Order: sequence, then C-alpha cells, then structure tokens
Amino acid sequence: MHEMALCEGIIQIVEEEARRQSFSRVKAVCVEIGALSHVAPDAIKFCFEAVAARTIAKGAVLEIVELPGAAWCMACSRSVEIKQRYEPCPSCGSYQLQVTAGEEMRVKELEVD
Amino acid sequence: MCTVCGCSEGTPATEGAKAQADHKHTHHDHAHHHHDHDHHHDHDHDHAGDGSHHHHGHGDHHHHDHDAHSHDHAHEDAGRVDCGANPAGLKIAGMSSERIVQVERDILGKNNAIAADNRARFLADDLLVFNLVSSPGAGKTSLLVRTVSDLKGSHAVGVIEGDQQTSNDAERIRATGVPAIQINTGKGCHLDAAMVSDAYRRLPSLKGGILFIENVGNLVCPAAFDLGEACKIVVFSTTEGEDKPLKYPDMFAASSLMLINKIDLAPVLDFDLAQTVEYARRVNPKIGVLTVSARTGEGLSAFYAWIRKQSAHLCRSGIEAKAT
Repeated sequence: MHEMALCEGIIQIVEEEARRQSFSRVKAVCVEIGALSHVAPDAIKFCFEAVAARTIAKGAVLEIVELPGAAWCMACSRSVEIKQRYEPCPSCGSYQLQVTAGEEMRVKELEVD
Repeated sequence: MCTVCGCSEGTPATEGAKAQADHKHTHHDHAHHHHDHDHHHDHDHDHAGDGSHHHHGHGDHHHHDHDAHSHDHAHEDAGRVDCGANPAGLKIAGMSSERIVQVERDILGKNNAIAADNRARFLADDLLVFNLVSSPGAGKTSLLVRTVSDLKGSHAVGVIEGDQQTSNDAERIRATGVPAIQINTGKGCHLDAAMVSDAYRRLPSLKGGILFIENVGNLVCPAAFDLGEACKIVVFSTTEGEDKPLKYPDMFAASSLMLINKIDLAPVLDFDLAQTVEYARRVNPKIGVLTVSARTGEGLSAFYAWIRKQSAHLCRSGIEAKAT
C-alpha cells in the first residue's frame, strides 16, 4: 500500500504549509492525480482519513482532481489522450507513444481556517 | 441517485469505477458519491458576522446533509475544483477566516529531493547504480549473486537489499564476498530514497564501481519511488505469464531494461517471448530486453555488456556535470 506513504507525504506538505502560511485547521485538501500516475484515487481516499487522524488535517476532506493522460504519438506526430499506459494511439493504433501528461501527483491547494 | 446530475451512480462500486472515471460531470464526487465518511461536524458557526445560522463556513456545505441539499451550485470547468465555492456561489463578508492557500507541491517531492541528493552523491563517487524491481520470486537475488560474483573481479561492487523481513538475501550476497546491507521495510512495500541514503552510508567505499539495489519484491509500489538510481531494471521470469507488462504497466514504463530470467525453462513452459516483448513495448516502446538464466548463466555476458555501456554513459554524464 504505497498510498499510505503518499498520504504521509500529503500530510507532511500540509503541516509544512501550516507553519509557512500560518493556519491551524485544514478543512479540505485538493490533490491532482494523473490518470497514469502510480495511485488509485479510491485507495488514497481510504488511507487519507487514517493518516490524517491526530494531525492538523484531521477530518479534512480529500478532494481529488483527476487529470487526463496524454501522449505524443510518434506515428501521427501529434498529442493524443490516453486512459491507460498500454493503450494504443486512438487514431492510428500505434503503441509508439511517449507519455506527456497524466503522471501528476500534486497537492494543489488547501481550504484552511 | 446522484443529486447533482440525476445519474444512477451514488454507491461505491468496483466494476463501475471505470464508468465513474469516464463520467464527465466531474462534480465534487467525494461529497456526492461517498456518503460514508465519518465527518466530525465541529465546524465553527461564526454567527458574529451576520447572525444567520444557515451560513456555516461555505466548505461545510459539501460535507454534510447530502441527501437534504440539492447541490445545484455551479461547477467550474473539469480541470478545476473550487474547494471554497459555497452553494449559492456568493462571498459572505466577515463570515470567517477561511481561505484557500495555493500549494502546488509534488506529493513525492520530499522523496525526490532525497533521491536527487543520492544521485549527486553517486555521481561524485563515480558509481553506477541500478534499482532492480520484480514480483517476488522472479529471481532477482539469484541473478545478483551470479552477477556480483562475475563482476567483483573487475569492479568494486556492492548491494543494498530490500525486504519486508529477514536478512537472508544480504547474507546470500555477502557469501560471495561482496558487501551488502539489508534494509527491512517492516510493513513497507517499497524502498524509498531515505532508506537507500542511510544504507549507502553503511557500505564501504565503492568508488568507480557498481551498486545494485534490490527492491522489495513488488511490481506495483516501487515504481513510484525514485531512489537516485541510474535506471530501473525490471526482472521478469518466464514462469510469470506474458501479459504481466500489461497488468503492471507502471513498473515496465518506469524501467529501462527488462531482464527475462529463467529463460532455460522457456521450452517446458511454452513461454512466448515475442508476445512478452510486444506487450512490454506497448507500455514502454524504449525498454531494452535481454533474456538470461541466473541458473545456467545463459545471456549474462550480454547483460554485463549492457552494464558496461551504461558505465560509459555515466562517465559522459559525469563529465558533462563537471563541465557545467
């Protein structure tokens, strides 16, 4: 369950930002998760509540913004959207794809008190 | 039923997860579709401002009474969730001290920073570092025992072993006369950069040599964690089934080389090499492929040649790093 470690990473960022930006309570944490990233949104939601307990983010809602995956198709010479890593180019069927977006795992913003 | 759009989803579903991903409404699905959070409603009702008990902090509207409210507030474009929007879309003056703070930080930022430090240290020590990943039982340790035995005469070689428990693997390596440090991750499912940094300090000097990091046997989690290695090598064995690269695409996407181990067993297994390579290249068109047998030694000279090629590459990048 590397989602546990990722949630710990989220909480660490939240606590650092709390010191830096002076807030004492976090009501919502917005994270951006790419479709091709190493994380399952449901698993991270499950872990977040457990990891957040007894921290400044206790009870905070985890909002997940899923970002689409994109790749450069070498055959078509253009950018295409893909949902999974093993998918072919939707227009030409080639697997010669270079992933260009969708690997994000980022804390975007916090709703704080 | 979803109260935002009237669609029929509204209960967590496994099979339907994909449908949800394709669901274009992109509303705040944490609130509407997952009503099972145990939220503590200890929000401050800031009555001082306007005296209206209806206006809790605007964020709170997302978090309770889902069945009672109809969430018909405007949802912004799909790429953005405004955590601070209230149902009426209004700002209420003097309401509370709530605010949105921008963060924009990578969740793995801390690990990546330590990995970058590791990488700089490895470069300073002129060290070639490989991160070996595979499912349990693919033969990473057997392959390493053979590899370090063959290379120790010509290179300084060391090994960092990662397992949840036991130091069996490090002991197998040490039996060859090569230094090895065992990391036990306990409940952890992967090595991270800090563990490797700590283990590296405990190894004798390997300047100008090769460090192999054997990650925890797991084809999922180690893919996400940069350790500071030159590259990942995924060890796949012929006993595993050709479609593994499709089932665990992240790991094959993250690796530079696929070592297909236990190739000596291929004839008895009806193993389809071409199919495996085709699947791996669907996920990662640039992945290198070598077939080896840790047991018979077949293919290992090609693997060592590949290592020497990486070594030359490291030399070049070291020179470039010094030049800049």
